[in-house]
Amino acid sequence: MTFIVSDVQNGVMTLTLNRPERLNSFNDEMHRQLAQALTQAERDDTIRCLLITGAGRGFCAGQDLNDRNVDPSGEAPDLGASVENFYNPLVKRLAALPKPVIAAVNGVAAGAGATLALGCDIVIAARSVNFIMSFSKLGLVPDCGGTWYLPRLAGRARAMGLALMGDKLSAEQAQQWGMIWQVVDDEALSDTARQLANHFASQPTFGLGLVKKALLASETHTLEEQLDIERDYQRLAGRSEDYREGVSAFLAKRPAVFKGK
Amino acid sequence: MSELLISQNERVLTLTLNRPQARNALNNVLLEQIVQALEAAQQDETLGAVVITGNARFFAAGADLKEMASRDMPATLNDPRPQLWARIERFNKPLLAAVNGYALGAGCELAMLSDIVLAGDNARFGLPEITLGIMPGAGGTQRLIRSVGKSLAYKMILTGEAITAQQAQQAGLVADVHPCALTLEYAQNLAARIAQHAPLALQAAKIALRQAHELSLTQGLQQERQLFTLLAATEDRQEGINAFLEKRPAAFKGR
Repeated sequence: MTFIVSDVQNGVMTLTLNRPERLNSFNDEMHRQLAQALTQAERDDTIRCLLITGAGRGFCAGQDLNDRNVDPSGEAPDLGASVENFYNPLVKRLAALPKPVIAAVNGVAAGAGATLALGCDIVIAARSVNFIMSFSKLGLVPDCGGTWYLPRLAGRARAMGLALMGDKLSAEQAQQWGMIWQVVDDEALSDTARQLANHFASQPTFGLGLVKKALLASETHTLEEQLDIERDYQRLAGRSEDYREGVSAFLAKRPAVFKGK
Repeated sequence: MSELLISQNERVLTLTLNRPQARNALNNVLLEQIVQALEAAQQDETLGAVVITGNARFFAAGADLKEMASRDMPATLNDPRPQLWARIERFNKPLLAAVNGYALGAGCELAMLSDIVLAGDNARFGLPEITLGIMPGAGGTQRLIRSVGKSLAYKMILTGEAITAQQAQQAGLVADVHPCALTLEYAQNLAARIAQHAPLALQAAKIALRQAHELSLTQGLQQERQLFTLLAATEDRQEGINAFLEKRPAAFKGR
């Protein structure tokens, strides 16, 4: 079964979570396929932007509970194992990918599906979408980066409210709170996301990768440490081909042609 | 192409491990080349410090297993490697390791044998010998525990699991962590700053620091004072103090 549809065009890799009958919820095989696609995204320099979206009416409903042992008389399942083996590496790899990652949230994003989206660099959501922090209603903890991203995106008070109550958050509210980049009408989502992805694929990818790395590093750094990072990354960025191209294009008043290096 | 690239920039010598096909594994030939390069550098008055490095993915991923597998117990007893390691340790000028990527087994031991380790943000340090049914044999069990403390040293050596550059820095194995693409450059800059100081003072300070692991505190303090006194007989000490008082750069002569 193809649970992850991968399509590479013009420097954009589009990964479509593809278990529409299960609202694209994760099972182990889907995790493995996603991991494989990410390996390609990491190794292939011609891929300069990653776009993640869902097939059908959902974005991702998180972990497929059908895969879980819910027999009350059976042994307790080890949910830590799937977090350790699948979700944590996924979050780390998306954060470490030195190119922009866009989530086009086309439908319901629940549990790890919601927190997965929030961990992407740019989140664009269809207006009708809800983010549902459903973990606490099952007695669980937001995973897939949820407890790290939520307070940083929404602030502690809202993160607590969201995570403890487990209610749904509309895309518009998420945007008002500054948790996501953009809300668009449902029918405009795919075009908007594609346009942005194509834009990124023509941009100075090496520099964008450093911007992303620096912003993520700032979450745990002091001002002094971060200033060192800025010096180091600027030193590296200044040596890139794209910087030279950017400057000469600016001086020559022509559009820059970036190679991503 | 040589397996050890040697380049000099002013007073800094850079040794680059260059066996990419073997992940920079430290076989006897390479170890011998390192020893020879260091012993030559020791005699060379134009050199003040040495940086040893690998490539972006591997500093050195261990010893050469094929070479090791071919040695039985009697051959291991008379292995020339311990002598080679001891000669590296006798190098009397500052030795810096610029570690990007994996420093495993002998690679980790070589880094620990260096005076200062700078790591790239992608660096990994580990002693995976246990997973091969052996154990560290070139200082791994001794130098690791002295720099990172008991629990982490036992954990690393008994599990064989590597730690990240950040963990290594927190534990004291690594002085600084830099973006991988800048590690070597920053190590060379640091080496250049060190190499401008008085050579005899550097040599004496290095002896004193080395002895911190060999002697009791009382003995170490005595040794330190003797070395300190020795420097009082050098021209460079006079020059250093004069230059400071006269607010000008010092011109050291190495005597």
